[in-house]
Amino acid sequence: MMNAIRERKRLQIFGLMFPGAFWLVVFFALPLLVIFVISFMARDELGSPVPPFSLDNYQQAFDSLYLNLFLFSLWISLLTTVVTLLISFPVALYIARSPKRWRNILIFLVMIPFWTNFLVRTYALQFLMRANGPINTLLQGLGVIQEPISMLSTPVAVLIGLVYGELPFMILPLYASLEKFDWAMFEAAQDLGADMRRAFLRVMLPMTMPGVLAGSILVFVPSVGSYITVELMGGGKINMIGRVIASQFGVASNWPFGSAISLLLMVVVTIAALVYFRVGRGERMAL
Amino acid sequence: MDGASTPLHAKPDVEDSALANDFAVELRDVVKLYGEVAAVDHVTMFIRHNEFFSLLGPSGCGKTTSLRMIAGFERPTSGVIAIDNKLMGATPPFRRDVNTVFQSYALFPHMTVEQNVAFGLQMKGINKDETKRRTQEALELVRLPQLAGRYPKQMSGGQQQRVALARALVNRPKVLLLDEPLGALDLKLRKEMQIELKTLQHQVGITFIYVTHDQEEALTMSDRIAIMSRGKALQIGSPLEIYERPNCRFVADFIGETNFLDGKVIEVRGDFATLELPSGQTFVGRVSEGVRAGAHATLSVRPEKMQLLENASSTAANTYQVTVFSIAYVGSDTRVIINLGAQRIDVWEQNSSSTLNPDDYFFKPGENAWLTFKPENALVLAG
Repeated sequence: MMNAIRERKRLQIFGLMFPGAFWLVVFFALPLLVIFVISFMARDELGSPVPPFSLDNYQQAFDSLYLNLFLFSLWISLLTTVVTLLISFPVALYIARSPKRWRNILIFLVMIPFWTNFLVRTYALQFLMRANGPINTLLQGLGVIQEPISMLSTPVAVLIGLVYGELPFMILPLYASLEKFDWAMFEAAQDLGADMRRAFLRVMLPMTMPGVLAGSILVFVPSVGSYITVELMGGGKINMIGRVIASQFGVASNWPFGSAISLLLMVVVTIAALVYFRVGRGERMAL
Repeated sequence: MDGASTPLHAKPDVEDSALANDFAVELRDVVKLYGEVAAVDHVTMFIRHNEFFSLLGPSGCGKTTSLRMIAGFERPTSGVIAIDNKLMGATPPFRRDVNTVFQSYALFPHMTVEQNVAFGLQMKGINKDETKRRTQEALELVRLPQLAGRYPKQMSGGQQQRVALARALVNRPKVLLLDEPLGALDLKLRKEMQIELKTLQHQVGITFIYVTHDQEEALTMSDRIAIMSRGKALQIGSPLEIYERPNCRFVADFIGETNFLDGKVIEVRGDFATLELPSGQTFVGRVSEGVRAGAHATLSVRPEKMQLLENASSTAANTYQVTVFSIAYVGSDTRVIINLGAQRIDVWEQNSSSTLNPDDYFFKPGENAWLTFKPENALVLAG
C-alpha cells in the first residue's frame, strides 16, 4: 500500500519534471557536450572539427592575447555592473516609494524597451552617438563644442551600450527587494542615531542585498560574453571575448578553438559568480 | 474642548513650582496637517521627568502622529516641541535624545540580538569595551542575556519585544517613546509585560511616553494619561482623575462604562447641579465645567456607583422606582439592566456574599426595585 503510493508519487514527480528535463538535456546538455568534445579536436582546411584530440586549443587560449581579452571583458562587465547598479538603485527606490497605483505603471515603463528588438535599439543608440548624430549636432548648435566628439568605437561607447541594454535586468530585482523593505527599519536606524548615510549602509543596503546580488549576476554574466553591443558600439575597434568566439565560429572558421574559449568563458563566469555570492552571503544570512 | 482641557493640565504644573518650567517633553499648540485634515489639532501638553505618560485614544485620534513628531519622524505644521527644555525645530531624529520602541519592533533582521542592541552605541561612537558592557547590561535588564547570539526571526514575539526595549534603553535616552509596543502580544503575555514595563520604568528612571488604544493598559501603567480624540487632547490627568472626573462626554464614555442621562439643567448650586430628564425625573450630580442653568447637559453615572434596593424613600435624592429588565451573573458582580421609564440603565451589584442559591440575587426580570445613588457619585457634563 505504502509502496504503491510512493510509486505513484514518484511517477507524478517524473511527469512534472519531464518537459523541463527533456528541454535541458536536448537543448543545453547535449550541445554543451558537443562543444566539449569539439574543443579538444583540430580543424581541417575548411574549419570543420577533425581528430586528433589534444589540448592545443586550450594552450592557444592561454596566449597573452586572449588572456588580456578575457581580463578586458571581465573589467568592462564589472564596470557595467557597477554603473548599472548606481543608476538603478535610485530608480528602483523611487518606484518602490511611489504610491501603489503608480508603481505598476512605472515598472511597465521600465519594461517597454523589451518590446523593441535589441538590435534595433542598439542601432538607434549608435545613430544618436554618431559623429554627425543628434548629440553632436545639439552640442555644436549650443556652442559647447566646435568639432564633433567621436564617441563611438571607444570602450566608453561599449560601456554605455551595455549599461543601456542591461538596466531593466538590474532595476527589476532591485525593485522587488526595495518594495518589500520595511521603512520602519530605516526610521529605527535613524532613531538609534544613524544619519541617512549610515542608515542606508548599515540597514537598508544589507537588507536589500538579495536584490543587489540577483541584479548584479543578471547584468554581469551576459555582459562578459556580449557580442552585438561590442560589435555595433565598438565599431570593430573594441574587442571582447564574445566577439572572438563569434569570429571563430564565423569568419575565422575555427570551431575547435571557439569551443575551447566558450568553455573557458563559462568556467570563468561561474567562478566569478560563486565568489560574488560567497562575498554577499555574509550579508544575506539572516534574511 | 480646548478651553476645558487647559486648566486641568496647567494646574498640577503650577503646584509644583520648583519644576514649573522643567519638563521632559513639552508640546505647545502643536498642529499637524495632512492636506486639509488635522491629524493633531492644537495639542498642548507638559510631560514631567520620570513620568509614565500615556497617549490614549481610538485609532486615528492623533496619538501616533504626536509620538512621531516627538521622535522627529514628522514635523509639526505649527507649534513647538521641546525635549528636555531644548526646542527641537527641525532637529533630525538621529540628533534627538529620545528612542523609540516601534509597534512592529523594527529589529534589524540581518543582525543578531547583540548587534541590534549595540547599534545605537556604535552610532554614538562609544568605544568597544563600553559598548559590550552596556549591551550585556541592557540584555540582562530585559532578562535575555542567553539569547545574544540569536537572530530576531529565531525568537518569539515577547522576546523580540524585549530586544526592542533593550535596544532603545541601552542608549539611556531622556525619553523613551513606545508605540503600542504590546499590541502584537497575546493577552496573558501582555498583562505580564505591562507590569514588567512599569517596574522597568521605575528601575531606569526614564520618562516613558506610551501610545495605546487600550484603556485598561493605560490605567494600569500610567502616572498620567492624555485622552485624545480627533487630533485633540481632551483631558490630561491621573488615571483616578480621568475615571472619576471625566471633563466631557467623550472621556466619560471612552474610559470604563457609564450611563448617560440627557436633560436640562434646572439649578446649579455650589458643586452640584440638578438635571431634569424629559420624562420629568430630576437627578443631582457634581457640576463640571461649562454647565449652566437652563442649558442641556448629560448626567454620567458609572454602573458600579449605584445601588438597587427593595425599599427606599421616594423623597431622597436620585432615588426612583424602576423595573428590572435583565440580570447577568458574571462572577465578581451581577450586571442588572433596569428601566426608568423609557431610559435603560446598567447597574453592577458587587457579589459580596458567596452563595449557590440563585434566589439570593433577589431581583428578577419584571420585578420592581428602587434605584439610588449619591449625588457625589454622578457627574453633570456640559452638552
